[in-house]
Amino acid sequence: MVDSIAPAPLPTPAPTTGTATMSERSRARREMLLVLVKRPAFIIGLIVILGWIVCAVLGDKITPYDPFNAFFLPGHQPPSAQHLFGTDRLGRDVLSRVMVGSRDVLVVAPLAALLGVGVGTLLGLVMGYYRGIVDDILSRVVEAFLALPVILVALLTLVVLGSSSIVVVFVVGLLFAPIVARTVRSAVLSERQLDYVTAAKLRGETGLFILSQEIFPNVLGPTVVELTVRFGYAIFTVATLSFLGVGLQPPSPDWGLSVSQEYANMIAGVWWPTLFPALAIASTVIAVNLNADSLQSVLNE
Amino acid sequence: MTSTLAPQPETELKAALRVEDLSLSYVVRGIPRPVLRGVSFEIRPGESYGLVGESGCGKSTTAYAAVRYLPRNAVITAGRILVSGDDVTKMNDEQVRQFRMRHVSMVYQDPGAALNPTTKVGPQVAEAFTILGQTKRDAEASAIKALQRVQIADPERVYQRYPYQLSGGMQQRAVIAMALASDPKLLVLDEPTTGLDATVEASVLDLVRSLQAETNAAVLLIAHNLGVIRTICDRVGVMYAGKIVEEGDAAAVFERPQHPYTLGLLRSLPRRGIRKSQRPLATIPGSLPQIGADLPACVFVDRCPLATEICHTVDPPPIDLLGGGRTSRCHHIDRMGELREPPAAVGQETAHGELALSLSNVSKTFHQSGHDVPALVGVDLTLFDGETLGLVGESGSGKSTLAKTILGIESPDAGGELELDDHRLGARSMQRPTADKRSIQMVFQNPESALNRGWTARHILARSVSKLTGLKGKAVNARVDKLAADLRLTQRHLDLKPRQLSGGLKQRVAIARAFAGDPRIVVADEPTSALDVSVQAAILNLLSELQVENKTSYLLISHDLGVVRYLADRIAVMYLGRIMEVGESENVFRGPNHPYTEALLSAIPNVDGEPEARIRLEGEIPSPANPPSGCVFHTRCHRFIKGLCEVVEPPLIEVEPGHLMKCHIPVEELRRLQAKARQEDVVLTTPPEAIEAAAAAGSDAPA
Repeated sequence: MVDSIAPAPLPTPAPTTGTATMSERSRARREMLLVLVKRPAFIIGLIVILGWIVCAVLGDKITPYDPFNAFFLPGHQPPSAQHLFGTDRLGRDVLSRVMVGSRDVLVVAPLAALLGVGVGTLLGLVMGYYRGIVDDILSRVVEAFLALPVILVALLTLVVLGSSSIVVVFVVGLLFAPIVARTVRSAVLSERQLDYVTAAKLRGETGLFILSQEIFPNVLGPTVVELTVRFGYAIFTVATLSFLGVGLQPPSPDWGLSVSQEYANMIAGVWWPTLFPALAIASTVIAVNLNADSLQSVLNE
Repeated sequence: MTSTLAPQPETELKAALRVEDLSLSYVVRGIPRPVLRGVSFEIRPGESYGLVGESGCGKSTTAYAAVRYLPRNAVITAGRILVSGDDVTKMNDEQVRQFRMRHVSMVYQDPGAALNPTTKVGPQVAEAFTILGQTKRDAEASAIKALQRVQIADPERVYQRYPYQLSGGMQQRAVIAMALASDPKLLVLDEPTTGLDATVEASVLDLVRSLQAETNAAVLLIAHNLGVIRTICDRVGVMYAGKIVEEGDAAAVFERPQHPYTLGLLRSLPRRGIRKSQRPLATIPGSLPQIGADLPACVFVDRCPLATEICHTVDPPPIDLLGGGRTSRCHHIDRMGELREPPAAVGQETAHGELALSLSNVSKTFHQSGHDVPALVGVDLTLFDGETLGLVGESGSGKSTLAKTILGIESPDAGGELELDDHRLGARSMQRPTADKRSIQMVFQNPESALNRGWTARHILARSVSKLTGLKGKAVNARVDKLAADLRLTQRHLDLKPRQLSGGLKQRVAIARAFAGDPRIVVADEPTSALDVSVQAAILNLLSELQVENKTSYLLISHDLGVVRYLADRIAVMYLGRIMEVGESENVFRGPNHPYTEALLSAIPNVDGEPEARIRLEGEIPSPANPPSGCVFHTRCHRFIKGLCEVVEPPLIEVEPGHLMKCHIPVEELRRLQAKARQEDVVLTTPPEAIEAAAAAGSDAPA
């Protein structure tokens, strides 16, 4: 996932890539990284995300208690020295569950974002470059999808198809694709007016070559930004779906699911099993957006 | 406001603008990068002062500093700027506001961007008066008067128009009307005519001159076009790397430059009818220093052929020459005579080869929201091996459409025919075989957009070579190296991406790309208009060398008649999609000419002073969707013949060998009229009958 945030290397299809080109490119990349790490917002976002990744990878190796093992602890214990975040209704340690809960969302959300950006970019490139009837038809389809609320469509699809992580990835990814397609399309539209595209046509390049080799590398910037932005939205959407009960299923320690199972107890004053997973969701979304913002402004400079 | 500041000595009060030893830096990533290094000059009331120099020399920064309109990271490190005696650098925000409101005005390069697109022109102009305290009704009346003052023929109508409904020239007039609302003591014009056509440019420059005489305002004019400066300015300062290296009376500076940079700049211009067969243009070796670079004592030393030890150690003071404010910052003024123009080239005159390309009856009609818009109408044209055909005309005359049709970017209407050698060309580039594609290639106006910024120069060239020639492997690299050598590009340049190359180097890569497949014909659309003059000279020399070496034909589109005259063997003049005149370059420049050509030639602001007779075209180019009846030029023609021109369209006939014209007036009559006009030094404008006829035809309305 760190890869999706760091500036991606430009895929240069150079048959004659000399050493000077390599060093020049890596120098440019290094310069951009340097500017990025000088931004406190980027560093804070990065630390938060890296923290959650560590939790997800190491999982129950570093949690103070077994996140799934219940019953021998009393339920709904308030935060204390033993249980910093308290325990949930089944007596599970909330801190341990929040730590392990990052696992699902950090797998499902980036995959959904990648799928959405992949499909969307492809659509956007085709729409923007070919224009005409292709663009007209695809644009209307895209607009039709954009008119539907994402959560509602996802909810219905998941109810019909049944919920598993794979289905969540596909549903959320495909629902994001039209939004990405529009962004990429507008970037391609301004790119295709440039004279280098005319020059390519004058030497007889095919549309596929012009799209993939000439235009795509130049719209990579907005695409990468879109990826980080979509990643933030995907975390939120996945958590929402879990909260609505159609995403991940118990006994998963997923944050959205935990919130949905415990929020009714808030009235009784049991706020800790709800608040901490909710904060976890918020911190991740904010961290991702901080990174997306920094990346966007660095790319725009 | 004056009362809040200390009284100034009388000498300073005299100057409308006085810049004293101004040094300014832009802070980039915490490091101050000096842009101005001690600029001093003075403009008296009623005087117009021009700052010239190539991009990055600091002329715009100086102008913006004078109105305190600088970016946030600009820091004035030394010096003062006095406008009518008040120090602009010491004003607080409120004083700056008052100062801009009452004492200075600015006119920008792009009038389309200077006007608010969502408000009608009239209210925008009126706003300039309400700010000054007029009531709404008074302001309206003043705005109408102001529009009249900038010679807008129908101010009431223009008042109700939105900016997009006006042509560039009209927009710029409206902006000037606003600028003059406060009766400013100082008027700053930043490239005011750069985006305009030569004919419109000429009329805007006329306007500026007459308004200046009328208002007695001081004018600071920034322009990269030396001809514009020469036309408008009394005095001129030549800037290089943040310093004024030479200053003085405009005519004197341009005729007898006393600084190696000024001399180099002037010699790199194609002027006084010089042609490629006579000699290459002079170039200034080296390139402009980077902004903020550490410079030696004399800023020009690295590019100066006269430089000696003293130039590296002692900053030359402004040396007074012959009094009258004529100064030069050079240690070696006495050695200026050592600077020679490049030697004449021998045997470069391109002989006419075989017929390469012929167009017969080529038309192109665009369909816009149900209307037919003819962009080309029955064009017949030939292009021979090794010759350059210059294509001139105002924007909208169809030059670019013609080029695109030849290249196969646009397909011609049915009935027209393009023949390369002996075979018909496919309508679209993609229908043409590779051999035809490699035969006709293009050099674009803007190298920025013409090169893929994601690719290295080497990759750009290699791809074109392999695609067009079918070469593979080592043969491609060898060809790329050959092309690079021809265009004086080094191996290091080849490994760089476009953004790391200067404008001139980028254009060389673009030219090399066009030559990748050994083309028969290269279409060059304004190949040097995005470049500085010293860079332009090098590019023009290269183009003419490549032509001699490869026997390539050029179709050269340019609004710069100096460039056209230098490079072109024949010239075709276009108006509203039609060829009005075509002939040998020297014949076209010598005349007799089609009245339209006559007007074009006299409109160009000339660095060598004004031409004998001036012809000012009235009105705008008519809309191609609704062309005038008869001769399409009759609505703007100063030699309009009532009852004939608006009725019958003249044919394109040969008036002397190889010289064709589309005019009712017999060539002998034209010769006599034009010789007479030259002698009498008259200003010819469109006769009222032509305007009436146009109004009757209802076709004079700008689109």
